[in-house]
Amino acid sequence: MEISEHKHIISVLVTNKPGVLARVSGLFSRRGFNIESLAVGTTNDPAYSRISLVVHGDDRVIEQVTKQLNKLIDVIKVSDITHSETVLRELVLVKISAKPEQRTEILTVSNTFRGKVIDIGDSSMIVEITGHDEKIDAFIRLMKKYGIIEIVRTGKVVLVRGAATT
Amino acid sequence: MTGAKALIDGLIHEGTEVIFGIPGGVVLPIFDEIYDSKMKVILTRHEQGAIHAADGYARVTGKAGVCIATSGPGATNLVTGLANAHMDSIPLVAVTGQVGTGSIGRDAFQEADITGITMPVTKHNYLVKDPESLLRIIQEAFHIATTGRPGPVLIDVPADITTMSVESGFPKEINLEGYKPTIIGHRKQIKNAVKAIEKAERPLLYIGGGIIIAGAAEELRRLVDILKCPVTHTLMGKGAFPEDHELSVGMLGMHGTWAANTAISNADTVIAIGVRFDDRVTGRLDKFAGDTTFIHIDIDPAEIGKNVAVHIPIVGDAKNVLETLIKEMPKDYAPRNAWLRTVEGWKKSHPLTYNGDSGSDIMPQYVVERLYEITKGEAIISTEVGQNQMWAAQYYKMSKPRTWISSGGLGTMGFGFPAAIGAQVGRPDALVIDIAGDGSLMMNIQELATAVCHDLPVKIVVLNNGYLGMVRQWQQMFYKGRYSSTDLCGNPDFAPIAEAFGAAGITVTAKDELDDALAEGMNNGRPTIIDVKVSREANVFPMVPKGKALDEMIEEY
Ligand SMILES: Cc1ncc(C[n+]2csc(CCOP(=O)(O)OP(=O)(O)O)c2C)c(N)n1
Ligand SMILES: [Mg+2]
Repeated sequence: MEISEHKHIISVLVTNKPGVLARVSGLFSRRGFNIESLAVGTTNDPAYSRISLVVHGDDRVIEQVTKQLNKLIDVIKVSDITHSETVLRELVLVKISAKPEQRTEILTVSNTFRGKVIDIGDSSMIVEITGHDEKIDAFIRLMKKYGIIEIVRTGKVVLVRGAATT
Repeated sequence: MTGAKALIDGLIHEGTEVIFGIPGGVVLPIFDEIYDSKMKVILTRHEQGAIHAADGYARVTGKAGVCIATSGPGATNLVTGLANAHMDSIPLVAVTGQVGTGSIGRDAFQEADITGITMPVTKHNYLVKDPESLLRIIQEAFHIATTGRPGPVLIDVPADITTMSVESGFPKEINLEGYKPTIIGHRKQIKNAVKAIEKAERPLLYIGGGIIIAGAAEELRRLVDILKCPVTHTLMGKGAFPEDHELSVGMLGMHGTWAANTAISNADTVIAIGVRFDDRVTGRLDKFAGDTTFIHIDIDPAEIGKNVAVHIPIVGDAKNVLETLIKEMPKDYAPRNAWLRTVEGWKKSHPLTYNGDSGSDIMPQYVVERLYEITKGEAIISTEVGQNQMWAAQYYKMSKPRTWISSGGLGTMGFGFPAAIGAQVGRPDALVIDIAGDGSLMMNIQELATAVCHDLPVKIVVLNNGYLGMVRQWQQMFYKGRYSSTDLCGNPDFAPIAEAFGAAGITVTAKDELDDALAEGMNNGRPTIIDVKVSREANVFPMVPKGKALDEMIEEY
């Protein structure tokens, strides 16, 4: 078997019941699987939630991840959509330390990244930015010189392109 | 009706005839209902005893075992039993009391987050928040526990739920969208398996507890009649195929037979059924697989490819898959005679042996051999954990499913005796014997009271070596004989202990007393401890040291 670590994107449809997230995340920790990102929210049908996961591992690990997830009674469907055409997004709020004279500069950079300035304080700004890793990483790198006070990220959410469902 | 009444009705509706447990504050309303119900209740002396008894009951009957405990410490005392049943795929329904819904999360008296604690060691669990969901949950719990790959399910019932009124009855059908076990094996994969078996020159069947759970022993027999290939079983697979059959090579793994371990190391095609390639079975993994073709039949897809890469996976119920496989097999399959002769040779040249000429010492293996003879191999055997378990597995040959009760996956000391009590409840006419170690017995010896109170004539044969023997064996072999904390000094004299409980006690110190003591103990109709003082430093062989390959067995030390 080829041992090569890959990043996998897994979409998990679960029943919207208390404790489901604990079952899923507990499974990951006790089986030694590494989660890079986890995002959860209800679907269009409030009886279900969707958990979007980004997981690292070789093929054997990913196969175990999907099979073990499938064994959870509250899990309806597990789709490894790594190789599908997907739209993947993450929303990040970045609080930057910004003196009044730096505001315009930060605003310009944010605009280039299609970021939105959503708060301005005496010595700080909050920028909202969505996108994929490279874009977000690049933006954060550029903001470092002003000083990053705090960052919060939603985790990645994913959908397969086209009419198909997961 | 009240929640408590609904709960008991629900359990009875699901076929519960007996419940094992201990009452307490929050489950008072439930026990009050039990008081007039037709369900039998067995009060144990520790909740661990209750859940292992339910487990033993489930193993011999094939039905779900049911137990009950109060909130907090009662519930946490069940945890080992849940983990034990989870590892060995035993159907259990455990009911726990919980503090009232309004007090949950406030560190109330005897509150423990038992659904949180047991998530990793149950197949599923529930916290009942709405009395109207109680019957649905009970129905689902039994369904989940007993179907697919069986396992324990816990239902946590807050105190106020038991006194609230319940209007709704049982739902007409079970609706679990996320739970649909695969029963029927993939036809094409089964055909591929047939092709691989036809090509095989050195085929071997490697079978486990899944055969017993699926009730597939008969189908297995028919397959062996066609293939005429050697059969090896796991510890959990004892009884799935008669061990005295000429094609049985015995148990494989760490303390498996020479023939079994050598056969699986040399087979070119292994048909694995209801097994999970446990590390105690495979030894060093990279050496185990080699270029063998593996066909793996299991109901749990997650077991396939978990430890060993499998060439032909077949997900399904063993009985169902075997029926199809048998239909697809050519009836004129030619026995692989050269291979059979080779395996037969291994069996003859390396039988299980021990130092039979040990002077006045009673060898523990000899005790099990005598027990096997005296009971004509017809007893239900439970074991504790350690050397006693391995000697029991090696020398008490099973021929029928659901007669061997041993903690395989978790290796729980203290399991055997309460499990034997549960087995006796499930099979009142059978002779049930716990082959015990003196360390393990001390972990649940309080259940003597349960056996006496309910007139359960369970037998305990203690292979008393004064040591935590299996650990001592490892210390002798791998830690320069430094016996750190393995001498059981201070252990009591078991026969008078048994008598103090109102059971019978017999002590055996000389070899020539053994047969009489066993015969007497087996026939007195009472719970009995037969305490046999065995050779203190006897070891279990063959042995595959941890991390070594199966063909690196040590036969003596
Ligand atoms: C609950 C529990 N604690 C510790 C162990 C580790 N352990 C495995 S075998 C063993 C010794 C068992 O001693 P005894 O019951 O006397 O059996 P013997 O090996 O002497 O036959 C121990 C301590 C275990 N398996 N289970
Ligand atoms: Mg001992």
